[in-house]
Amino acid sequence: MHINLTLLVQMLAFAALVWFTMKFVWPMILGPMQERERRIAQGLAAADKGEEELKQARVGAEAILREARERAGVILDQAQHSANEIIEQARVAATQEGQRLLVAAQQQIELDAARAREQLRQQVGEIAVAAAAKLLEREIDPRAHAALLEEFAAQI
Amino acid sequence: MTASGSARIGEYVTEHLTYLSNKPQTSLINFTVINYDTVFFSVLLAVLFAGSFYWVARRMASGTASAPRGFQSFVELVVEWVDGQVKDIFHGTNPLIAPLALTLFCWVFLFNFMDLLPVDLLPGIAHTIGLPHLKVVPSNDLNCVFGLSLPVFFLTLYYSIKVKGARGFLAELTLQPFTSKNVFVQALFVPINFLLESVTHLARPLSLALRLFGNMFAGEMIFVLLALLTLVHGYPMLGTLSGWGLAIMQLVLTFAWGVFHLLIITLQAFIFMVLTVVYLSMAHERH
Repeated sequence: MHINLTLLVQMLAFAALVWFTMKFVWPMILGPMQERERRIAQGLAAADKGEEELKQARVGAEAILREARERAGVILDQAQHSANEIIEQARVAATQEGQRLLVAAQQQIELDAARAREQLRQQVGEIAVAAAAKLLEREIDPRAHAALLEEFAAQI
Repeated sequence: MTASGSARIGEYVTEHLTYLSNKPQTSLINFTVINYDTVFFSVLLAVLFAGSFYWVARRMASGTASAPRGFQSFVELVVEWVDGQVKDIFHGTNPLIAPLALTLFCWVFLFNFMDLLPVDLLPGIAHTIGLPHLKVVPSNDLNCVFGLSLPVFFLTLYYSIKVKGARGFLAELTLQPFTSKNVFVQALFVPINFLLESVTHLARPLSLALRLFGNMFAGEMIFVLLALLTLVHGYPMLGTLSGWGLAIMQLVLTFAWGVFHLLIITLQAFIFMVLTVVYLSMAHERH
């Protein structure tokens, strides 16, 4: 148990070792460790944020989906409604057209009947004139008796 | 036990207490003598510590090691633990304290760990290559432990003066613990205070060094004494029942002491580190 030069050597070695640790070991280990700690914290925060965003996005998507569904329902209702309306309109139009056609047909029939009656009257007039001529044994001058004939025809 | 046996015991113990030095030392202090073994092993362990930690540090700083594993995890664990200890005790901002604490803890632990190597392993190898003595535990050398505690002491003085100023430090040394409002009584207290405070300050490096030295010296001495159980008899003793008994006893006791010593060497390294940080923290505090 003696004190000798070893003491000085040990002190120098100690000083050198502390210097080395302070310069090259400590900051190069603790620095990256703190940096990594920071990055991990950031990553965790980002993950939390992402999860939160995902939740919000899911809620948003649900809202959009619900809205779309509602709108689709409304559109469907409207379509149904307008279809019914179109059918109703078509039915009304068809009824009107039918009515119109019926009226036209009736008018045509009346017209035809009147024409036929007119023809018939003329023919009856002619027949009557012919019959009268035969009866009188001479020809009736249509020109001379035109007024008489027309009056006769109108009576038929 | 025969006379030659006890002589052999004396020789064996003395051999384990003798350093490998350039010349025998007779006076207490002689700065022409150097203990090669202490210097060799402490520098070897310093290189082991600094080299391994630097290897990890360089890999971490270059960013090639992203996820910690293996030895890097261990290094990070130690560094973080030391950092926590220092932050608990030392509240200033001094970039020296934490690296100093790490160096002290690791280096002292490695010093002490040499004590767990079989007590005759390295000295035996040294004998075969022609070295007369070899002490393998650096913290078992007063030069080594004072080589740690004296720089710590100088640092506390340096920071005391740097932080408090020479005047402040002198006031701390002379104006407490005894104080009086009366100027004359206070003047009377000054030498008493100075004496008390000087003892307080001087006792720190002394106790720091001797606590470690004492523990390691005792630890190694017990290993040496346990080795004596079978040493005196040599291999022929294995032919007798009592010889086997002694051998088994040595084995069991050495193992038990080794396990206990594992606790001591860690604890002593920890105490050395913590007390150093405490002393430096006190040096930074103003009253």
